[in-house]
Amino acid sequence: MSQLLVTQILAVSIGDYWVQTVIKSLVVLVLVPTATAIIVQAFLFKMMAHMQSRLGPMEAGPHGALQLMADGGKFIQKELLAPARADKFVFSLAPLIVLLGTFLLYIVIPAGPNAVAEDLDIGIFFALGVSSISVIGVLMAGWASANKYALISGLRAAGQLIAYELPLILAVVGVVIQAETLSLTGIVRAQAQGEIFGLGLFGNPFILTQFVGFGIFLVATQAELTQPPFDMPVAESELVGGYQVEYSGLQFLFFYIGEFGTAFAFSALAATMFLGGWWFPGLDVDGGLLSNLIGPIVLFAKIMLVAFLIFWARFTYPRFREDQLQMFAWKYLIPISLANILVTGVLKVVF
Amino acid sequence: MPKLPGLISGLSVPLKELFKPNVTVQYPHETEAPAPRARGVIALKEENCTVCMLCGRSCPVWCIYIEGHKYKAPPRREGGAPRTKQAVDRFDIDYSLCMYCGICVEVCPFDALFWSPEFEYSTPRIADMLHDKDRLGDWMETVPEQPAYEAGATVKGKK
Amino acid sequence: MAAVSERNQLSYIAGQAAESRVNVELETDGMTLNIGPQHPATHGTLRIVTRLDGEQVVSAEPIMGYMHRGYEKLLEVRTFPQVNTLIDRIDWLSSFANEVPFILAAEELMEVEAPPRAQWTRTILFELSRQANLSLFLGDMGVQLGAITPVFFAFRDREHILNLIEAASGGRFHPNYNRIGGLKDDLPAGWIDETRRAMAKMRQFCDEMSTLLMGNEIFEQRCRGVGVIPPDVALGYGLSGANLRASGVDWDLRRDAPSPLAWKDVDFKVWTHPDGDSFARYWVRMQEVRESTYIVEQLLDGLPAGPIMAKVPRIIKVPAGESYVSTENPLGEMGYYVVSKGDTGPFRVRVRTASFNNISIVPWVMKGVFVPDIITILASLYFILGDIDK
Repeated sequence: MSQLLVTQILAVSIGDYWVQTVIKSLVVLVLVPTATAIIVQAFLFKMMAHMQSRLGPMEAGPHGALQLMADGGKFIQKELLAPARADKFVFSLAPLIVLLGTFLLYIVIPAGPNAVAEDLDIGIFFALGVSSISVIGVLMAGWASANKYALISGLRAAGQLIAYELPLILAVVGVVIQAETLSLTGIVRAQAQGEIFGLGLFGNPFILTQFVGFGIFLVATQAELTQPPFDMPVAESELVGGYQVEYSGLQFLFFYIGEFGTAFAFSALAATMFLGGWWFPGLDVDGGLLSNLIGPIVLFAKIMLVAFLIFWARFTYPRFREDQLQMFAWKYLIPISLANILVTGVLKVVF
Repeated sequence: MPKLPGLISGLSVPLKELFKPNVTVQYPHETEAPAPRARGVIALKEENCTVCMLCGRSCPVWCIYIEGHKYKAPPRREGGAPRTKQAVDRFDIDYSLCMYCGICVEVCPFDALFWSPEFEYSTPRIADMLHDKDRLGDWMETVPEQPAYEAGATVKGKK
Repeated sequence: MAAVSERNQLSYIAGQAAESRVNVELETDGMTLNIGPQHPATHGTLRIVTRLDGEQVVSAEPIMGYMHRGYEKLLEVRTFPQVNTLIDRIDWLSSFANEVPFILAAEELMEVEAPPRAQWTRTILFELSRQANLSLFLGDMGVQLGAITPVFFAFRDREHILNLIEAASGGRFHPNYNRIGGLKDDLPAGWIDETRRAMAKMRQFCDEMSTLLMGNEIFEQRCRGVGVIPPDVALGYGLSGANLRASGVDWDLRRDAPSPLAWKDVDFKVWTHPDGDSFARYWVRMQEVRESTYIVEQLLDGLPAGPIMAKVPRIIKVPAGESYVSTENPLGEMGYYVVSKGDTGPFRVRVRTASFNNISIVPWVMKGVFVPDIITILASLYFILGDIDK
């Protein structure tokens, strides 16, 4: 009853389909840079600093909270350079394509029973497919920069990103088997309504049974984001920025937003699929105002947890060499995820 | 297949570091006092200087500029000859050239130069890095008392 | 003017000839990648011209001299105290260690012996500068490989040693503390206790680096088997220091060469590793830092009392003669060949630096490695540009 009421209120107050679409697009457009900013500020500046026994930015705002605004302002006011021999059209299009992949990811992430931009039936399939768009952007950037370093990095990135798509997808298949649906809201519902050995209080977050999948998903996420230990394409001490090396100003900011926005989105996906998403014991999984208000906060907390794990590994490990990276993906991650699918399928049928 | 233990235990080091207190000294809001012997700036005690030019000659980068003149001082006792003494006209140290090696301080036979740990005298203009006689005299206030020596030393305290 | 342009022309022709030599010899059409003078991976302004075939290196040639400061020419017109000041800056991470061989050579010519307290204190400070230098290496190799956290720990824990050197001599990086005949001044009160505390912290730092970096499987995979240098090749190219010991050659000047410094009065182990790859070089240097803390503690326990400076005249004139003294510096073997004609300053000083020889092996060791391995090998060979170029 309450769900119908909320939907009616929303429908009446917001209006017809196109107005709703515009509003949803605006929300996503604002959400992505904000999410990026939070991730970068909290983890890249402050957490990394404290882990390295230093303080991080302290001057801009209280404890350096406004440092990112200062950085953003710096990037925006820089001159947009392009090398003389660069392919101008491809050069300027590349960051936009990387960003496109990031923005499209936010459409399917559910922050509440009704708080999702578009509740697609093929939610997770769409998300994984769309995140591959940024690979093209990286390749374009590497080629169009007319720089040997960028070219090497673009080639490495192509190999790496495509190689790690597979473990990413296969790790998710176990979750899908267990939830019996591809839709992300459906996955959250399956976790909320599941039971652990008959105890229904905490639901059944899939991390308990899919811990292998969780691990592989995190590792593959790290590789998709070209973060250490998989940051061969952007190996700072060799290629000094790799495919991003010729970009400056706003275009570089787009790459930045692309990387950390995707980090936020993938953390959200991991939180949704493995940790139970926006659901918390006691919330109504089908709808209701309370769920829609508290859901985003719960999801945010879980995202922070997953992002903490991703960034913790980022700061600790040295980077793989390209061939070791590929070997790791093809020889270890893919067989393990295939075995995971096999075991999940068997157990699902048996139980 | 990489063994897990090394990778996992390596993660514990930054995690422990996250919870330890921080060692950063937030300059310029907080400062750390350098050691008493720290070579920050050279101070000049003008009354001891006899313009012997030993410091200027021994400087590896020739950053000390000295000019002086002779004058006749009254005799020490009645009926004696007037004494010739030297007075310092100009004693500049160019800190944009100075290597902070300390040869001038060490070589001075009359104890006219001293080290002081003051280091906050950077200026926007290089020309202001030339400290003249009066400024070098002002630095004398910042020269600290030298601490005692370790056990077993037989050197009498000097500088 | 004609002479200058002739010189320019000749050097241009020589450069072209060298390039064509490379082309003809190799007969390959790979991509030339210039790991140029400005690059975060080279510790300073070193240029390495590599020819790549895909991701594999066909040939690599180091070109140095971008940081040449003309030390040997400078030292011809300086007096002995001034020389002592300048040579601090050759290897700027372990400055005290640069002064020692020169002072020992001058003392040999003057036939002056520093008192035992001075020799022991010199040894303590020498080992401290070894720790300062090598602890930075332990963190720096992590950065070259992509682990950004260890280097911050390295800088933080190095501060303890720099504070000690500052308390004794007045300068953190360039102490200018040695004098012909001893040291400039005795140690301040409380220095010995502070040093003991710092040694405990350095050992803790070594344990942290062991867990964080050396035990990391990714690090091992990156370093094991990369850049293997057999012992005979290492000796042939004149490598020294940890590079030599990591190839299995048991050679340490502290133990094997007679020296007035106090190493003969302490027990220490010389660490070698049979593999000769990058991991071995890292491992040997890590053990050296730990061993150095034990050496310092032994020296502190037995520090003799007495004067810190021998009787030397005010204006030092070293009698005519030549002498060569080399010591086991953190980077390798560093030596000074001092020629004196009885003046207040040396007539000629030839500086034999370790990194100059260590880098000569780059073309040999880089054949057939991947591009990321270039960085690993360079990082593990560990050179300082000031040491190469003087």
